[in-house]
Amino acid sequence: MSLFKRTQIAPLEYTRRLWMRAWIAATLFFLYAPLLVLIAFSFNDSKRNIVWRGFTFKYYGKVLENDGLMAALGNSLTIAALATAFSIVLGTLAAVMLWRFRFPFKAGVEGTMALPIVVPEICMGVAMLVFFAKLDWPTDLPWPLNLSAITIAHITFCFPFVAMVVRARLAGFNKEQEEAAKDLGATEWQAFRDVLLPHMKPGIIAGALLAFTLSLDDFVITFFTSGPNTITFPVKVYSMVRFSVTPEVNAASAILIFLTILLTTVALKLQDFTKATA
Amino acid sequence: MTEKQPVISIRNVTKRFGNMVAVDNVSIDILEGEFFVLLGPSGCGKTTLLRMIAGFEMPSEGQILIGGQDMAGVSPNQRPVNMVFQSYAVFPHMSVADNVAYGLKISGVAKPEIRTRVDEALELVSLGGLGQRMPDQLSGGQRQRVALARGLVMRPKVLLLDEPLSALDAKLRAQMQFELAELQDNVGITFVTVTHDQDEALSMACRIAVMNKGDVAQLAGPSDLYEHPANRFVADFIGSVNIFEGKLTVDEPEQAVVDCPELGRVFLNHGVTGAHETTVWVAIRPEKITMLPAGQAKAKDSPDGHNIAHGQIKGLSYLGDVTVYEVRLESGRSIRVSRPNLSRWDQEDFSWDDKVSLQWHPTSPIVLLS
Repeated sequence: MSLFKRTQIAPLEYTRRLWMRAWIAATLFFLYAPLLVLIAFSFNDSKRNIVWRGFTFKYYGKVLENDGLMAALGNSLTIAALATAFSIVLGTLAAVMLWRFRFPFKAGVEGTMALPIVVPEICMGVAMLVFFAKLDWPTDLPWPLNLSAITIAHITFCFPFVAMVVRARLAGFNKEQEEAAKDLGATEWQAFRDVLLPHMKPGIIAGALLAFTLSLDDFVITFFTSGPNTITFPVKVYSMVRFSVTPEVNAASAILIFLTILLTTVALKLQDFTKATA
Repeated sequence: MTEKQPVISIRNVTKRFGNMVAVDNVSIDILEGEFFVLLGPSGCGKTTLLRMIAGFEMPSEGQILIGGQDMAGVSPNQRPVNMVFQSYAVFPHMSVADNVAYGLKISGVAKPEIRTRVDEALELVSLGGLGQRMPDQLSGGQRQRVALARGLVMRPKVLLLDEPLSALDAKLRAQMQFELAELQDNVGITFVTVTHDQDEALSMACRIAVMNKGDVAQLAGPSDLYEHPANRFVADFIGSVNIFEGKLTVDEPEQAVVDCPELGRVFLNHGVTGAHETTVWVAIRPEKITMLPAGQAKAKDSPDGHNIAHGQIKGLSYLGDVTVYEVRLESGRSIRVSRPNLSRWDQEDFSWDDKVSLQWHPTSPIVLLS
């Protein structure tokens, strides 16, 4: 008793209540237990994923030697990088347009821009498939041009996220800063570059992160737009799982998790850095 | 004294937003080197006028000349004026020095010159040595100095200031009023300031344009505005005043009498403009009324029964240097009288419900025609 009753718990000290701590622990367990199991079993020295038979790194080696998987990873990263780059430009410009100008049907434009976010992925996937088929989009182009269909599809659902985040960031912009820049002699473009862009930067970085991870792990839309030569990482993992869930799949997934965490950390650090100098 | 040239000429400028007339046919000449203040309540068009000078709004009608040049179609970044914004609009991602250097960099001034001019400007606003700080490490007052330096470093013909002191606390505001006036005197650049604060306007300005509903109600120096207001709006807006409606009953070159039903007969020892028997308004400042215990008043220099009133104290507020009394007159109207506390016991002379007599000098009342 003395352990818990050392001092009276103040009304707002929620984290000192036992039931609250239990709840937090349960939440964390629910969120992270599957991931921890996945990562743990990537080191399992067994062909099957059920019983622990000792520690090994060999499946990581296998993953790195798996040319098909590595090619898929290369495709995924290329697509994600391209889709993110285009989404940043498109999304930022869309956000600035919606923030700055008043035009007819603005609410409608804003709504349709958010559509790719809410439309079920399966519909988007089918729509993309039909769209590229109707256009007779060439599928036998050399790498990386053969990734163009997937990349375009990814840009479609990624850039609205960037636009949303940047638009939210712009709502807090003091227009007098832009006027001040112009007052000091800046042209429209210089004011945009020197004042508006630095303000949007954290939003752009956050949007880019979202876009990159969304593109990297997208399965449904990619599945409908990929051809035999344009397998992406999630699609490849899916095809591997169809035979059996080997520790190799675990290792591949773990690599993807590490990669995502690393990129997110780097991006957040970058953002901290820009904030510190802001 | 040589005639000063107008550095800004506002000629018959009107600005409409839809059906709303923000500025209504205003003409003002702002002279080289003066500290000019646009004063008025919110929504009177003073900020719109300032933004038209800066180029952020275009006049619907009329002309604005800066240094003799018509500014129609000249964008803000081409105008020889700079502005200090109400929010200061200091760039948060640039250091103090970079903020101040921004305009010079944009206009392609050589680096060594930028450095010396930035240092000079920071020194001028007493921010020397703080160049490497980021804006979020500065106080509100310091941020304002950055905004000032950023404008001044461009050596503009005119520096425009939009409510420059409104975001500061009272003590700092009083200090900055003084510093701004001194700074303006030092650099010799014309300042045009917008404010709704009459103290600010009176303490800093060479000349003040009092604006009301898009119109210039009066353009004059601080003491003229206070002692010789042109109309009821100005009399009421600048300082505290008692206004009574009356009829002009005596109208001679050397004297005049206004008969106010609510105050009594007001005698003036000078002539007024205004036709006999017309309705006029008498304005008397609270500090120009003398309060005495009932029956002791005897207006000097005035005929019997003129410039005297009787009433009862219904309220008082002790402000330290003065005490302001609310006196209910026999007519039922209230009149405000202020009394300096010249000795430390003066405020004990009068209290609630005391019967008092009021008197004033024949030069004190102001007769207003509108």
